[in-house]
Amino acid sequence: MIAELGFGVLALTFLTTLYSVFAAVYGEYSKSPALVESARRAMLLTWPLLTLTAGILIYLLVNNRFEVQFVYEVTSRSMPTYLKVTAWWGGQAGSLLFWSWLMSAFASLVTLRKWDRDRELLPWVIVVAGVTMAFFIGMNLFFENPFAQIYRTFDGIAAYTFQPANSILFTAEDGRGLNPLLRHPGMVIHPPMLYLGFVSFVIPYAFAMAALITGRTDDRWIRLTRRWALWAWLFLTCGLVLGGRWAYDVLGWGGYWGWDPVEIAAFMPWLTGTAFLHSVMIQEKRGSFKRWNMLLVILTYDLVIFGTFLTRSGVLSSVHAFAQSAIGPLFFGFIGLTLITSVALIFYRWDALGSETEMTSFLSREALFLFNNLLFISILIVCFWGVIYPLVSELFTGQKVTVGPPFYERATGPIFAGLLFLMGIAPLSAWGHSTMKTLGRALWKPTILAVVITVIIFLAYTRNPYALIGFFLVAFTILVTFYEYGRGIFARMRSQGENFPAAFWNLTGRNRRRYGGYIVHLSIMLMAIGILGIELFQVETQGTIAVGDSLQLSGYTIKYKEVASWDDFPSGVNYTRAVVEVYDKDGDLLGSLHPRKDYYFDAQQNMTIPGQLASMKDEVYVLLIDWKPINPDGATFKIFVNPLVNWLWLGSLVFIVGILIAAWPDRDPEPVMVREGKSLTQTSAAD
Amino acid sequence: MKVNKFFIGGMLILGAVVFLIWNAAQSTQEFFMTIDELNAKGASVVDKNLRLSGAVIGDTIQYDAQTLTLTFEAAHVPGDQAALETEGGLAQALHEAVMDPSRARMTIVYVGPKPDLLRNEAQAIVTGKLGADGVFYANELLLKCPTKYEEAVPEQAGK
Repeated sequence: MIAELGFGVLALTFLTTLYSVFAAVYGEYSKSPALVESARRAMLLTWPLLTLTAGILIYLLVNNRFEVQFVYEVTSRSMPTYLKVTAWWGGQAGSLLFWSWLMSAFASLVTLRKWDRDRELLPWVIVVAGVTMAFFIGMNLFFENPFAQIYRTFDGIAAYTFQPANSILFTAEDGRGLNPLLRHPGMVIHPPMLYLGFVSFVIPYAFAMAALITGRTDDRWIRLTRRWALWAWLFLTCGLVLGGRWAYDVLGWGGYWGWDPVEIAAFMPWLTGTAFLHSVMIQEKRGSFKRWNMLLVILTYDLVIFGTFLTRSGVLSSVHAFAQSAIGPLFFGFIGLTLITSVALIFYRWDALGSETEMTSFLSREALFLFNNLLFISILIVCFWGVIYPLVSELFTGQKVTVGPPFYERATGPIFAGLLFLMGIAPLSAWGHSTMKTLGRALWKPTILAVVITVIIFLAYTRNPYALIGFFLVAFTILVTFYEYGRGIFARMRSQGENFPAAFWNLTGRNRRRYGGYIVHLSIMLMAIGILGIELFQVETQGTIAVGDSLQLSGYTIKYKEVASWDDFPSGVNYTRAVVEVYDKDGDLLGSLHPRKDYYFDAQQNMTIPGQLASMKDEVYVLLIDWKPINPDGATFKIFVNPLVNWLWLGSLVFIVGILIAAWPDRDPEPVMVREGKSLTQTSAAD
Repeated sequence: MKVNKFFIGGMLILGAVVFLIWNAAQSTQEFFMTIDELNAKGASVVDKNLRLSGAVIGDTIQYDAQTLTLTFEAAHVPGDQAALETEGGLAQALHEAVMDPSRARMTIVYVGPKPDLLRNEAQAIVTGKLGADGVFYANELLLKCPTKYEEAVPEQAGK
């Protein structure tokens, strides 16, 4: 009965969302503020309704209601309660519901804001958010019902939304349970983070479309959604990093990123989103790039929908399977429809989106931002090409050809290097016009220092050309950023008489977007150090050794002490845990590691948990591969030493700090932006 | 004129990207094949980068923990999605491939940790080269178990 109730509430939410869309459109055309207000309230109602739906689903999950197909598929009796709750997003039907729930929360938040100045945008924001939400709820309602129950009929056992004639409810003894690989804290928060990022990007898109429809093509929509985009970016980045960390901790192959289609699907909206965050600044400061920004936000939105589909549809092994899955064509239809409609709207407003200033200098800030955008889009093209390559090659040559990680690494490597370089020089260039001379004056000191550092690295550590180029660019950009930061701080100390911390604090506080951005750049550099380290200098060894014996790798001695194996019946897991000790060159004990192999009875699957000894220099990463139950003397280990990898994780923490500084709400009212250059006197029409 | 300058710049970047893609694809592309197709081509594809898909035959899995050498046989499964559907979906197709002794088989050798997902009737997607001895030497092994989990089961990568 409860499952039917859940389905009923879901259906009600669907109708409410549709009503909200129609009331908004009709209210706008019939000039009826009351109807628009009614649409707004209907939109506000969707969140409590979906919360109720989700609550019902969680109730079913937590109480082992295995007659419900979704519950049967993603939980089992042995799972702890918190995992049963988070199993909500452990399967496709639940993920779609989770998506809708987040969407409704954000749509409600947006409709709650004060709309006085932007009244005309409201109905269209409701329409865009509502249509998106209706699409996802409709997916749940008509194709992927999380409340479908399992019935036994004369034809066999199958899941139905409504009880078929002559059938009885079928309740399994136990569920299949979540894949053990997914029963990990990283996996518990990684999907919500990614989804938060995905869904928050819908809001800027909704405002952009509202601006296009109403003809308010100034930068009001950008100002209103700037913070949304930043938060979306933060969540998306956290989602990607957490996914990488999870892969590193759980999948046991010593890596964090494998360029598989799911990862790429989540990465593509990140690329357009990052480009968007940069290019909106050009529009705010210079009044150009308006069409480009629209295009970027549209692309991000559709890549988000594409990513949601790809990450949860289980159609990854073959690109051909896209069209086979029941909801595949609908997703592609929706993406196509929104893309065509949105781009058509840009053409409709083409003239109004013209540029207010002209770009003249290759070295001006806006030109460098343009290059940055082109490079992000280039990476997007590489990713997209890699994903569709099998299809294209088969179409033209009849032979299916795929590309793997080496393809992406080779094709994107130089582009990433270009981005690092731009990150270094762009903050120093001026809006409107910069010359080699002015740039050179600002750059020569950090450049010389970066060359010195690179020479030291060359002499002392490595002759790998890729590493040297990479470390030079990283050093250069870090130094330039520090230099730029330092100049601001010292200028403040001189002019305001502040001490260093106060100057630092006030400088950042006064222009948080700029300096938050610098901190983000620095964090990317830290991540780059980690990525260069593990990608270029990872070493590995493997071997079977007896208790007391050791393996050597990269100056470390890894000594095998003991192994133990035991069953944990309530959790349904057999643990095998080895104890190994790590010694350095001088024979000093650095620490004890416990690589594990867990065997999950319900899923009949192993999970290999590495033992990790982390430092900023490198990380010893030990995997227990195999051991003989009868003869516990010998065990097989695979050992990686991953140099500098922890800079990657450190960088991601710094990244969060940077974004928080840039995105934290202002106490003061929004300042009126005055454009530099030709339109010096023009303030935004909206203010 | 000014627009042209940036247009040329943009074209140069686009050209560079096309070159990067082409260059990277040339040296790293893998030809996706089924076991039947591979047997048909035989010696002509020795030493090319190949990507092969097949159904793992559980009884043939051997693992030498001393050398970390994994050997197993895989049976032919159709590569075409439509053909898979006519066999009743991936899980059913894998099952039938393993049960049918007349299916073409391929011995696969892989050195590395034994993947946790390797089991009877899993789908193995291996990347590597066909040796002159007719054995497939994989340097990467991906496994998928469609019967168990419909959702994004991470494919386990081995390198």
